Amino acid sequence: MPISAWRPLVLARTYIGRWGLIAALAALPVYYAIRDLTHGYAAGIVHNHLIIRHDLTNIGSNVILGLANGAIWALIAIGYTLVYGIIELINFAHGDVFMIGSFTAVGFAATLGLGLGSGVLPLIFGLIATLIICMLVCGSLNVLIERVAYRPLRNAPKLAPLITAVGISFILQNVGLLWKGGAVQSVNDLIQQNDTVFSISAVPIQRGYILALGAMIPLVIALAWFITRTRLGRAMRATAQDPEAARLMGINVDRTISLTFLIGGMLAGAAGLVYELYQTNIVYNQGFTAGLIAFTAAVMGGIGNVRGAVLGGLIIGVIQAFADSRMSGGEWTEAVVFAYLILIMVLRPRGLLGEETREAG
Amino acid sequence: MSPGEGTPGSDAVGAAPEQPTGTPPPPQGGWRELQAQLREWRATIDRRLPPWWTRALAATAIMVGILLPFAFSEASNFMDATIKSLALAVMALGLNIVVGFAGLLDLGYVAFYAFGSYAAGWFGSGFFFKANAHVGIDHMVSGGPGIHLNFVLIMIAAAIICALAGIIIGLPTLRLRGDYIAIVTLGFGEIIGVLAVNGQDIHIGGGMTLTAGDFGISAIDSPYFGLGGPFSELNLRPWYWLILGVLFIVLFVNVRLRDSRLGRAWVALREDEVAAVSMGIPLVRTKLLAYALGAAFGGVSGAFLGSYFTVVSGDNFQFGFSVLILSMIIIGGLGSIWGSLIGGMALGYVNYWLLPNVLNNVPSKLGLNFQLDTVEFGVYGFLLVLVMIVRPQGLFPERRRKLELAGEVAPEDAQLAEVSGSVGAGS
Repeated sequence: MPISAWRPLVLARTYIGRWGLIAALAALPVYYAIRDLTHGYAAGIVHNHLIIRHDLTNIGSNVILGLANGAIWALIAIGYTLVYGIIELINFAHGDVFMIGSFTAVGFAATLGLGLGSGVLPLIFGLIATLIICMLVCGSLNVLIERVAYRPLRNAPKLAPLITAVGISFILQNVGLLWKGGAVQSVNDLIQQNDTVFSISAVPIQRGYILALGAMIPLVIALAWFITRTRLGRAMRATAQDPEAARLMGINVDRTISLTFLIGGMLAGAAGLVYELYQTNIVYNQGFTAGLIAFTAAVMGGIGNVRGAVLGGLIIGVIQAFADSRMSGGEWTEAVVFAYLILIMVLRPRGLLGEETREAG
Repeated sequence: MSPGEGTPGSDAVGAAPEQPTGTPPPPQGGWRELQAQLREWRATIDRRLPPWWTRALAATAIMVGILLPFAFSEASNFMDATIKSLALAVMALGLNIVVGFAGLLDLGYVAFYAFGSYAAGWFGSGFFFKANAHVGIDHMVSGGPGIHLNFVLIMIAAAIICALAGIIIGLPTLRLRGDYIAIVTLGFGEIIGVLAVNGQDIHIGGGMTLTAGDFGISAIDSPYFGLGGPFSELNLRPWYWLILGVLFIVLFVNVRLRDSRLGRAWVALREDEVAAVSMGIPLVRTKLLAYALGAAFGGVSGAFLGSYFTVVSGDNFQFGFSVLILSMIIIGGLGSIWGSLIGGMALGYVNYWLLPNVLNNVPSKLGLNFQLDTVEFGVYGFLLVLVMIVRPQGLFPERRRKLELAGEVAPEDAQLAEVSGSVGAGS
């Protein structure tokens, strides 16, 4: 490759290599761990005295919080990565599908009459019903979007669907704006997500964390099973690899693409419900930020790769947790996340677990 | 009418006469038939008129463009929208170099708007109050502490700063391909946006900060040239002529660049990087020049907008702006100079004039009880989707792409060819 023959890049790559990547990823936790141990951190105020502790509890809670946030990004990122893998489109509308998922969850929970006073059993069944509804709504919405905005442009210049995606994103945001208004709305904290369930060596594990990770892990396992073990999953992989050859082998490419959008939308719907329960507030443009972060996660992990998307989502969640809690009130969080992205792209141009996609080969 | 609508005529200079007449596919359905008919009519017009008619039309368009402000009052909404649209069209022309010519998808173009605007803020206001530099300005209007440079110098400074920023963002993308470039540039744009908002916490000595955050660097000097009247909010005509002049220069540079050795190198890289490099095109220099030049135009326009709004606020520089400029060039026709110009003008007018001024009263006239601005976003999105579905190649596609699209290659074959091509490129 002639690009990599450029001298400074070759040198940088030789000297930094894989260890540079690991060092970059480990930099934040290790730095703050050492800092916590040597300088200590403020653990609270007792009798007007600042308690300074020197242990790793704070790092632990940062990491677990990050993983829980990252679980939501991972669910959204899978939608990006599946769609990119199969039609090489950055689906800008995906984040807004997630937003619609959150709104649907809030609306449907209210319809069911779930409130702060609901009993445990109705709550569990109600939330499961809400989850199913959210997944169905977002899945079919995504399929509809594909049908209306992307399929007519299948043979168009490559960037044309990008613009329709942006257009759909604007339309969905406007729907959200008309639905719930322009302000941030707080929603009932149905699961009391701040309650500590148990602690692992003084790191409190809250209900919200369990919900986020507990929703993400089974869904990802189910998805992995679906993609690797079923006929339809094999069709998806074949189409992602080479749509023409897949068509020649008798795979219905259009239906496979619709299926991909359905799965991506369903995961976004699940993420919408989890987000709403976990953050306890919703706003019409939440999908924009979430979409940006999730897309970053998908690229960081290697776009087109499901495991990469999950890994990228979790890593970004942890980076965010560190930046939020440690760097002047979180105002630099976004910059830190994107700086990490650029760094990883420089060190590993195909992302962490990147495989060769057709275009990026 | 507007200068933007005057220019389709000059578009014909580049595109129409060379269009091969033997290629139109057999008409099927009304739309195709209509297209074929239009093409035929255009060919007939080209035959009938003397060969210099396109130049005459272009000259007329330029004259109309220059005289346009006299048709409107000095501070009308339409003039305001026209000025903003022209500035956005300049940005679209800059982004077109990066995305259209060189094929590097840049989603962080807002960064150069930011740098350009901050150049106007830094070098044309009292923001750096400890510094004291006055060059070529009207001391009656903008004396006082701070750096006050002539607007020409500010634009040059903006272009240089942005070119350097473009090179900096270009460097990490050199090894990347396709949409990975998009995300890295997007990240860069977001970082610059965060920097603009939080810049008030970055102290650069003497109690001065890098930016003024959301509060904004305000009271930026108006340009001063000693002629063309005073630049003020009450008289928009000088602003208009200034940005029109900038647009003409940028257009000229763009056309010359496209037809230059460098322009051909960009197109070659876009079409097939490996082949281009093996033909001896210096990849690093060519790509970085695309970033630098594209960014420089964005910077010039950003400086103009900063000066026009008289305030540079940190929260202006959002990802949505990059998307707006990108949608301009894609709707105009990627890689086509006249397409970018017209796409830029068209979306500018939709954003700044059609939606806020014209269509806003339509629902109430129809007896509907809502304001259009509540669904403005949705209408805009709907327009984007509609235009792309009706005309996926953009309004005025580049000549080369038009040939590709009109060629007799069936879509499936084209896709196959593309797939095998990129497989070859991967090795």
